[in-house]
Amino acid sequence: MERNNQLHRQVALMRQSLFDQGYLDEQFVQLEELQDDTNPNFVEEVVTLYYRDSARLVASIEQALDNRPLDFNRLDSYMHQFKGSSSSIGGRKVKAECSQFREYCRTGNGEGCIRTFQQVKREYATLRKKLEAYFQLARQAGPRDTASRST
Amino acid sequence: MMESSKGFSSPRSTAFPAGLRVLVVDDDPTWLKILEKMLKKCSYEVTTCGLARDALKLLRERKGGYDIVISDVNMPDMDGFKLLELVGLEMDLPVIMMSVDGETSRVKKGVQHGACDYLLKPIRMKELRNIWQHVFRKRIHEVRDIESHEGLEGLQVTQSGFDQFDDGHFFSGEDMLTPAKKRKDLENKHDEKDFTDSSSSTKKARVVWSVDLHQKFVKAVNLIGYDSQIFYSGKDVTCLVCSAEVGPKKILDLMNIPWLTRENVASHLQKYRLYLSRLQKENDLKISYGGMKHSDLNPQDAARALSRQNSINFEQNDATNCNSRISGNNLLIQNLNSKSNEINPRGTTITEKSSPGISHSLSPLEQEMKFPAIDGITPGSYSWREVPEIQFHQENAGNQPEDCFRRVAVPMGGLQNHVQIDQLLPVTSISSKAQLPNLIETKPLNVDYAISSFTQASPVKTRIDSFPVPTKIHTGNQQAIQPPSTNKPSMESQAFNPSCVTNLESSQRNFSSTTPESAFTSPDEVLQVGWLQDYSTCLGLQNIEFPDFGDPSMVAEVPMHLYTALKFDFEQLSDQSELPVINQGLFIA
Repeated sequence: MERNNQLHRQVALMRQSLFDQGYLDEQFVQLEELQDDTNPNFVEEVVTLYYRDSARLVASIEQALDNRPLDFNRLDSYMHQFKGSSSSIGGRKVKAECSQFREYCRTGNGEGCIRTFQQVKREYATLRKKLEAYFQLARQAGPRDTASRST
Repeated sequence: MMESSKGFSSPRSTAFPAGLRVLVVDDDPTWLKILEKMLKKCSYEVTTCGLARDALKLLRERKGGYDIVISDVNMPDMDGFKLLELVGLEMDLPVIMMSVDGETSRVKKGVQHGACDYLLKPIRMKELRNIWQHVFRKRIHEVRDIESHEGLEGLQVTQSGFDQFDDGHFFSGEDMLTPAKKRKDLENKHDEKDFTDSSSSTKKARVVWSVDLHQKFVKAVNLIGYDSQIFYSGKDVTCLVCSAEVGPKKILDLMNIPWLTRENVASHLQKYRLYLSRLQKENDLKISYGGMKHSDLNPQDAARALSRQNSINFEQNDATNCNSRISGNNLLIQNLNSKSNEINPRGTTITEKSSPGISHSLSPLEQEMKFPAIDGITPGSYSWREVPEIQFHQENAGNQPEDCFRRVAVPMGGLQNHVQIDQLLPVTSISSKAQLPNLIETKPLNVDYAISSFTQASPVKTRIDSFPVPTKIHTGNQQAIQPPSTNKPSMESQAFNPSCVTNLESSQRNFSSTTPESAFTSPDEVLQVGWLQDYSTCLGLQNIEFPDFGDPSMVAEVPMHLYTALKFDFEQLSDQSELPVINQGLFIA
């Protein structure tokens, strides 16, 4: 019980830090609110879906960045999609980098694009790790209201 | 609350807005999942689609099966705005656009295309909770339209749709009650009225733009801002619809229909414009396909592009162009197919049985901006089945576009529809003489005609006179072609250029050379012939995949290499007579 409470507290703290550090925004809360008995793992499912689907987008952008000359329209289009997707889970930092990338596309700054994309990928990966850790811990802690659960 | 179960695909057991049937379209699976969950939490009935194409299919298949559509702006297979337009035109459903991009220009565009709302991603659930207001608003407005109409003619009042609103809990004030009461009166009067039309129980009472009505509309529009005519020289084209002077008030006055309101006309005009511009875009695409530049389209350019395309197509004598033309015509033709008297592409089930598989208005073409119009046709599936009906139509209709118009395409989706429609016209000529050459001759005219007919109706006539009539034109069966295309030929004549005539003549050797009969009173016919010939030449140059018309005897006389051309022409033929109808048939408000 105590252990359980402790876990829950840890989960709560972890969650809060994700917001405080700007990794997540309000959208994530929206997802949490959607989670219910019919979809008890909704948030995790969505995040998983996001990472799976956006992987190909990331690959496409990567590939497009290898082409010379750079097709900014194309890059912008990809990034637009990617940004939209990232906004779905509340990936705040990822989204910010996406916007920056699009700005470079708009001004035709190839170097800026390439550089920013590295940031995008970094934030993308970081968020994933953090969320995975979070979900894992949450699963460990289990549902908050099962007081009878041990460990 | 009264249960409006009639026509409801899923009867609502709870009060509106619960149970609102929402169709969500988004290529992003993550968002789709989220939105679905959000909408479900709002107690809405959700259907999701990852592709615009699928969404359209669903909407068409289940007419009236949805109350509102939410769509993302950026989608891989179709531009969200286009989908928006189509849904508005065909199904007249409220559409909400979504995007992560909140740029003013984008939002503006959305509104211009008819979106009733534009949401920015990330979307909150509370934003979705209120979407029912758009459904409600639309219904209220339509009721008002009906109410202003004293005659109540042509109205299809469905009871069910109103029942929900009868429930007092929506009505916050007196003003609300009045519409409800009036509605009730309407309902009482029209109890026997057809509620079903497939559109659904939620079908709101609305002004039905019948063939007649639309024709008057088009006439009025033509008269007003459109002084200039389309010159197929390709240089000087003006689209009447684009004229800023063409305003709903003027149109309304000209139409002189007592019960019609300015609002009715305004919304119809808007749709008409959008339709034309869309067509224009497609034509432009085709033009570009044929090597033409793809112009940035706006309603103003619509007619221009259309006529340009026509002339270009002809000049090029290129397979590509021919094809694209066909496609364009197919698109137009589609609408003509059904024979239903009440044209209501959006929601009504076309009562006409003659046109199975005819896709609804432009949609199929919209989606398949390529030759597919031809390629996609299922060989033999429709073939000459349609012929008899068409014949009847053509011959009886004379110059009455209404007849053609009545043949509103039954929403079926697919290019097959194209085929059928196309076959309609050819049949007429075929039936009269069953000579292949004729068919070919008339074909080309139809094609371009179809395109140009959109932009104008009456002015066309004057054109004909100025156009040089090519001699040695296959006119044998021209007469057959006559009836449906009386007024339209002028369009083609314009587009006709010398090179075409040359082609015509050169291609003549392929056909029995008949000189134009004196029976051809109108130059347009001759021109038509010329066009056809030109077309056939074009066609002959390539192996166009055409639907098997299912009647080998028809083409028996035609040498194989011309067969394809012939087929092509068939499609064109149908286009021609269908053109005027297209104008009318498409815009059922």
